[in-house]
Amino acid sequence: MKQILILSGKGGTGKTTISAAFIEMAKSRAFADCDVDAPNLHIVLPEMKNSDTKDYYGLGKASIDIDKCIKCGICEKNCHFDAIKNTFVNIYECEGCGLCVEMCPVKAVNIKDYCSGNTMLYKDNLNIFSTAQLKMGNGASGKLVSAVKKQLLNNIPDHTETVIIDGSPGIGCPVIASISGADLVLIVTEPTISGIHDMKRIIDTALHFNIKPLVCINKFDINIENTRAIEKYCKEKSIIIPGKIPFDETVVHAVNKCRSIAKYPESKAGKAVKGIWDFIYSNFMDANPVK
Amino acid sequence: MKIIIPVENTNDETLVCPSFGRAPFFMIFDTETNDSQFIDNPAANSQGGAGIKAAQTIVDNKAEAVIAYQCGQNAADVLKAGGIKIYKAEMGLAKDNIAKYTENKLFVLTDIHPGFHNHGGGRN
Amino acid sequence: MKIAVLSGKGGTGKTFISANLACSAEKAVYADCDVEEPNGHLFFKPIITENNTVSVIVPEADINKCVLCRKCIDFCKFNALALINGKLMIFKEVCHSCGGCIVLCPQQALSKNKRDIGTVEIGISENVTVISGCLNTGEVSGISIIKKIMTKIPDNKTVIIDCPPGSACTVMESIRSSDYCVLVAEPTIFGSHNLAMVYDLVKIFNKPSGVILNKCLNGQENPSEKFCTDNNITVIGKIPFDEELGNLTSCGLIAVRENDKFKSFFDNLLKEITQ
Repeated sequence: MKQILILSGKGGTGKTTISAAFIEMAKSRAFADCDVDAPNLHIVLPEMKNSDTKDYYGLGKASIDIDKCIKCGICEKNCHFDAIKNTFVNIYECEGCGLCVEMCPVKAVNIKDYCSGNTMLYKDNLNIFSTAQLKMGNGASGKLVSAVKKQLLNNIPDHTETVIIDGSPGIGCPVIASISGADLVLIVTEPTISGIHDMKRIIDTALHFNIKPLVCINKFDINIENTRAIEKYCKEKSIIIPGKIPFDETVVHAVNKCRSIAKYPESKAGKAVKGIWDFIYSNFMDANPVK
Repeated sequence: MKIIIPVENTNDETLVCPSFGRAPFFMIFDTETNDSQFIDNPAANSQGGAGIKAAQTIVDNKAEAVIAYQCGQNAADVLKAGGIKIYKAEMGLAKDNIAKYTENKLFVLTDIHPGFHNHGGGRN
Repeated sequence: MKIAVLSGKGGTGKTFISANLACSAEKAVYADCDVEEPNGHLFFKPIITENNTVSVIVPEADINKCVLCRKCIDFCKFNALALINGKLMIFKEVCHSCGGCIVLCPQQALSKNKRDIGTVEIGISENVTVISGCLNTGEVSGISIIKKIMTKIPDNKTVIIDCPPGSACTVMESIRSSDYCVLVAEPTIFGSHNLAMVYDLVKIFNKPSGVILNKCLNGQENPSEKFCTDNNITVIGKIPFDEELGNLTSCGLIAVRENDKFKSFFDNLLKEITQ
């Protein structure tokens, strides 16, 4: 069983579009959306019913019992995150460290469970899909990502060869959490100055965690010079580019019909994505997979 | 001497747990008495730094060796500071791994994975 | 006036719109709060006038004072401390910088040390002051960097805040002090889905807002436009998918500085927002 993670650095390069296509092309039976902040994968997957939705409790948050509180202000004074003002705890600032609990002279402060989002597990006879939604304004998204992966791995159907994980943009918490345990990382970039800059940072992040990523270039023909620059950079770093995808309005059309580009195999983009999947399959997947 | 293994259950036929930091239990095997006992892993539900807390537990229980599938950098640093050797577990029962250890058939774990900043879920 | 530009979905054109709005003002400040992947500086190419390192607190132990009571270890919810062979080990990258162990140590054996996590640079690009935050690779959270950027933003000036994608804590921190929020949407279901999320976020924070529909395609239904119509949300601008615009942006050029046709669009947009 191999876990393939799709990342990008810059947002909007096509992670979800490619993840959905790979899921169909690989006939993957287990997949996850780790972009818990803004999950979109479910939009382009065939509808799966039977979701098991659970509240997710990340870090607890401080809670002040007003009846016991003597308004001494010691909690507010010592909170490094400025999360307490006039006995009011700002749950968005509170990191649940518990210092206020220790310092309160009358034991009026406790750490309470706090639901920062939901995990959802969709199961049908064939497949499982693990995803989550972080509630707005919250942090600790990395822990929710770990919960999504754990939920996925705990429910993998027998004989699953390929697990596809749609990642999130950026290089921080949720990305790092999704890298843990990945067998292969594919970075989707675009030939823009921003795309190239961000690609370098996500490549650095993957290498930092001992993973040599692959890179594919989406909408490559919108700027051939930048595409060449990406190819040159990857060659210097010995990073393999399994393929390039041309700009194709069919993709917009497919997404807006809630379909993956795999359903349009004759389109320019459809053919290119298939080429990339075939390359990955023949070069990186075991011929006789062992779980 | 004591050897500690992260395990799935608290019976003699238990499997080695793939995760070190978040294993539900630890089996402590005493080579002098040939007895095993099981303790809860206090790090099992940790928000973060599970490897560190698990390794602290190993140190506090005065083990001299750990047998595990994998180990993160932070946990490895703690164990190394405590002079505790880490051996690579083989798939299967904890008791079979103990037997292999006493026959000198286990290798030292060299593939230490980098810390994932509290987000290591490991592989299954 | 502080104008935050956000989108939910990545790649809709936040930086494109932020940079062009900032250039349209007579004198403005552009603040790049997408500290994981900052792009604004690529377009502005500012001359740097100030460089700040952003650091977070980590504890440091004085072994002469430590009596091995383990109070710090028992307290730390993040397991950043361990005690081996009479020596305290501190895991700086696991530490959440709450400072609690330092405060609680009965022997005052722990003191404040720091760990660098990124930078905030300030520079000038023609009429724009550029404040750019950048998180070091391998670090988990850029919140402290965004907070530092906010301390550098002047009052009484036009400020354009380029936000990170999504609607999590980093975005919230970026819009906290804004007077108006510009929501940038692309014409896909992904775009409208994420637009709904950030629209909820700005409503929670009671921020006046308006939507810019970017990369509009002719003759295709625009799910984001439909969302705005269905929810009575003001659309303050529509930018068609334009190859020339795409080309300029992909080369790191700011459209209003290159072509007057774009200049008048952004001038009008800025006027409409500031009124």
